Amino acid sequence: MTAYFVQAFIYLCAAVIAVPLARKLGLGSVLGYLVAGVVIGPVTGLVGQETVAIQHFAEFGVVMMLFLVGLELEPRSLWQMRNRLLGLGGLQMALTTAAFAGISLLAGLGWTVALAVGLILSLSSTAIVLQTLGEKGLTKTEGGQSSFSVLLFQDIAVIPILALMPLLALPELLDQSQALSTGADHHEELSLVAGLAPWAHAAVVVAAVAGLVVGGHFVSRPMFRYVAASGLREVFTAAALMLVIGIAALMSLVGLSPALGTFLAGVVLASSEFRHELEADIEPFKGLLLGLFFITVGAGINFNVLADNLETVLLATGGLMLVKAIVLLLLALLFKLQGTDRWLLTLGLAQAGEFGFVLLSYASQHSVLPGHLSQLLALVVGLSMFLTPVLFILLDKVIVPRYTKTDQSAAYDEIGASGPVIIAGIGRFGQIVNRMLVAHGVETVVLDSQSGQIENMRKLNVRSFFGDASRADLLHAAGIDEASLLVIAIDDRGRAVDLVKHARENHPKLKILARAFDRGHGYELRHAGADVILSETYHSALQMAGEALRGLGVHPFTAEQMKYAFVETEQAENEKLYQSWLHEEEGRAFTQHYRELFMKLEALLADAMQSDRTDRHSGAERGWTPPPKGYTEDFQ
Amino acid sequence: MESQQNRVLILYAHPSSARSEVNSPLLQASRGREAVTLVDLYGEYPDYRISIDREQQRLREHDVIVFMFPLYWYSTPSILKEWQDLVLEYGFAYGTEGTALHGKTFFCALSAGGAEKAYHAEGYNHFTIRELLQPLEQTARLTGMAYLPPFALFGSRTAVDEGRLSGHIADWERLLDAVIEGRIDTDDAATLSTLNDDLSRVIRSKA
Repeated sequence: MTAYFVQAFIYLCAAVIAVPLARKLGLGSVLGYLVAGVVIGPVTGLVGQETVAIQHFAEFGVVMMLFLVGLELEPRSLWQMRNRLLGLGGLQMALTTAAFAGISLLAGLGWTVALAVGLILSLSSTAIVLQTLGEKGLTKTEGGQSSFSVLLFQDIAVIPILALMPLLALPELLDQSQALSTGADHHEELSLVAGLAPWAHAAVVVAAVAGLVVGGHFVSRPMFRYVAASGLREVFTAAALMLVIGIAALMSLVGLSPALGTFLAGVVLASSEFRHELEADIEPFKGLLLGLFFITVGAGINFNVLADNLETVLLATGGLMLVKAIVLLLLALLFKLQGTDRWLLTLGLAQAGEFGFVLLSYASQHSVLPGHLSQLLALVVGLSMFLTPVLFILLDKVIVPRYTKTDQSAAYDEIGASGPVIIAGIGRFGQIVNRMLVAHGVETVVLDSQSGQIENMRKLNVRSFFGDASRADLLHAAGIDEASLLVIAIDDRGRAVDLVKHARENHPKLKILARAFDRGHGYELRHAGADVILSETYHSALQMAGEALRGLGVHPFTAEQMKYAFVETEQAENEKLYQSWLHEEEGRAFTQHYRELFMKLEALLADAMQSDRTDRHSGAERGWTPPPKGYTEDFQ
Repeated sequence: MESQQNRVLILYAHPSSARSEVNSPLLQASRGREAVTLVDLYGEYPDYRISIDREQQRLREHDVIVFMFPLYWYSTPSILKEWQDLVLEYGFAYGTEGTALHGKTFFCALSAGGAEKAYHAEGYNHFTIRELLQPLEQTARLTGMAYLPPFALFGSRTAVDEGRLSGHIADWERLLDAVIEGRIDTDDAATLSTLNDDLSRVIRSKA
């Protein structure tokens, strides 16, 4: 037990130190994990042989990643990007695989090995590229979208490749590994399909996939609703994990790829109201497991091999990136990408990726690649990922400045393409805001922590998701990084203030509109950094006051003017009241000074309302004041 | 006046600016000049609550006042009338102490749907555009401002299709720069029906 604690501590400690450092240096978290692995593995020797065992466990992070990729993809948006996905992504994989397989054949490798090498190297790093695009705000550009299409195609292609790998096994290696495994303590794997006739096997597989799709669609939602109604967050997390692990188990039992199963489940649940909550719950597990995976990869880098083959590895890495960049540049030209978008695609995806590691370890397990070659390739893949940030720096410093002049004229077209609006809280207040925005054709994402409310909204075809909007991870999943506006109308004073504070700190450019319950709450929201604050009852109360005046026989237009005078007088004094509130130490309570200011405001309001309107030329109510009697004598 | 630039205040009034084909491009063409302040009245006062103090302060800070608008029923869009009713107060713009606007220059830059020949005694509009804007001319006079005839584009609905807009905008920029530099012959201008009847007569060449 003690040994486990020590080991876990070493891994976590390495991640905690290296990853924030790497991000600070602009290198991305993947590199941080890799470096951490290198440090605790080959360099200091803190961890040893167990990395291989941990790596198998950590590969489950990839399964979760594919679940999340699936969640991002409603069948509809998958359909919309089909041309780019299949055309750009398919051609990238086909051409790159062919290029590397060809080179391998020329280098004298067998065709199965060449094909495996080609497939492994054709993949790029989803983790590095998507994260960098997000950090640089390039996700919505043409180049960013094209990159995403290619990466998505690759992520999906991993599944059939995993299925294909065992078929490429080299007989001589297979014999060796079987000889080894028969010697070891080998126990039978659980399977539902072992020993079944082929037709029965097929029937079981089809039934499992059908069960997954139908169950995902009809059973999971009532289940999540039931769990959500309990209000216990950890149980919801447990349910989410149960779903993913259960599907992975089911797929393994029938002999299919767990990654394929969870991806499918993700797509099925993509339109569910629990999508963002699921994303937020699974994300940390995926992140940790993938991080662990990268650490084990770093720890597994064999420095002896690197030192012995330094020249070969460096040459191969350079060649790898050059070939990938050339293929991507050709495709960028073929798909008519312009300017910086073209170079973003070309340089951004010119590395091998984390799935390359997965496939490498999978390939050597299944005796597809000789151990020495896969060690060399692992070095090449890792090195190319280390170099990716350099390419992004090249893009930023050399290529973008060259195009900024010509791009400016085109930039005017993109002003309208702003991100969606996130509405937190879809009660009486948020609903009206949402209806008006949607009616105006604005894309909104609605969050509410009451699943009943969300269910009602969904019946009205409002895009709504279950979840507590004050949670940072959920806001992230809902797309706050791309959002242009955040409307806060949640029914909890404290959480609303926390939400404003959090959003302001992390998204300085985001426009935040917040609903206040009363004056004090409004000040708190303003102090937290909200841009626009409206009190929920202020305007309806004002309306009521106007109606009351009209009921007393005041002329409707005059009543309207009095309402405006009230608002304007108050606005003029509001700054002083806020400053007074701000400087009070006593727990933000309303103090004597504040009360005095408030009384003064009341007096000013009375002055504005009751002033003699017959012959005034200054004061709060001055519009349409007639000139004094006899003023025409001035002109005589 | 020759060495110092005139500060120009353009009060732009278009209640449906997104659909504007003439005034909005004219407004855009006015940008980028330090001496020019642009105010989108409908944008700044969507509820018509015009701030009298703010508007009077703006008037004090400028030498030339321009109303830029599409002609609605032979007059300005309603917010410009509201602006006049509220901002041109007794004691500010008129009356013994109301001398804030004295010595300034005022004119309109407008678009009109009818063809130029309709704005004549024989045309279906019976009056010239200068005659129709007489209330504004008199307002300028009463408030002590020099009045220039309007800078007008007629047949505005077909101006873009007939390729007349770019020339009009070029004329506007020429006029605006001359106004800023004080190169307007006020006496000559006063005899015209519109400023763009004969721009080269109105604008003095650079010294």
